[in-house]
Amino acid sequence: MLQAGFTLSPSFMHTEAPLSAAGRVITNRELFLGFLKIGLLGFGGIAPWARHVIVEERKWLTDAEFASMVGLGQVLPGPSTMNASVMIGDRFKGVPGVLMCLSGQLAVPLLVVTGLWLLYGHYALVPEVKAAVMGGAAGAAGLVMGTAIKMARKIQPAPLALLVGAAIFAAIGLLRWPLVPVVLLAVPLSIIAAVLEKRA
Amino acid sequence: MNALLLLRIAEVFALLSAFSFGGVNALLPEVHRQVVEINGWMSDATFSDIFAVSNAAPGPNIIMISLIGWQLSGLAGLVVATLAAMTPSCLITFTVTRLLKRHSGSRAIKLFKEGLVPVALGLILASGVAMMRTADTNTLLVAFSLATAAFVAFSARNPLWAFGAVTGLAVVAQHFGMM
Repeated sequence: MLQAGFTLSPSFMHTEAPLSAAGRVITNRELFLGFLKIGLLGFGGIAPWARHVIVEERKWLTDAEFASMVGLGQVLPGPSTMNASVMIGDRFKGVPGVLMCLSGQLAVPLLVVTGLWLLYGHYALVPEVKAAVMGGAAGAAGLVMGTAIKMARKIQPAPLALLVGAAIFAAIGLLRWPLVPVVLLAVPLSIIAAVLEKRA
Repeated sequence: MNALLLLRIAEVFALLSAFSFGGVNALLPEVHRQVVEINGWMSDATFSDIFAVSNAAPGPNIIMISLIGWQLSGLAGLVVATLAAMTPSCLITFTVTRLLKRHSGSRAIKLFKEGLVPVALGLILASGVAMMRTADTNTLLVAFSLATAAFVAFSARNPLWAFGAVTGLAVVAQHFGMM
């Protein structure tokens, strides 16, 4: 049964899972395959690829929903995107969904990284290999920045929200202040900004 | 297979996981302290190699911990290290998410989630700049990063196009002595 209302107000009943942003039911198989792809693509960390597959390609979540989950993932212990994937699995399919998302994102990377590690001794000194690794790392950095800019373009934050985001970027990215105190200070300020701008 | 070693691996990484605010990269100095200095499991050079290789592979950054486990005790070490590093943080996230969901209708929770959005945007952008600082050792690489960022920000096409292009261009640049 498709009930469009569930996307906007996540159900209070655990028996009915919310639909995707595109109004579809998400299956365990889709969760596993989606995260398999995210893990397979995930050069330089999985955050940009998770957004690409989940928001852009499969339309499970909107940009704002995805950013909110990554934000919550950021203030909890553990990698923020892995935390977001726990929330995504639980949102659509409960505990089995969580296991699908986690195993999907790790299956291929674990094979690749052990394979690379075994090969590494032989090829680390080949200049082309070194150049490819450096080029890939530069691309990964651009990927992460481009993803943040794209999310901001799609979400179009209110003025105070934009200010808060810019301040956090300056503190961590430019001034290199420690992450935990900055986040602990920024989250309450950001909530106050949301109250002032009546965003809920 | 050394059961005591596996137990110690589980203990070290499970404890780190529960306190790993900011993800694996933020925790890197502490992982180094535990693995190289406190437990003396490997040399500094091996640790650096593991870091480089796990960053060259696709996937969540946590696979670095998996590779440390592999280096220490093979497949069993990999499985134990990976599960130990994931389980506490995932359980905490799961519990908090369920608690929040129970009150998802309340205005306070909605404002809390709204407040998290700009935090996530600022932090993702900051981590991109931090990665640039480590990765871009010459002007050409800076240009590669900025071009990739522009492609991803303003095109709906798969980011793999940009990623593949700069990796290929780097090999070509190396060929002409520009790296």
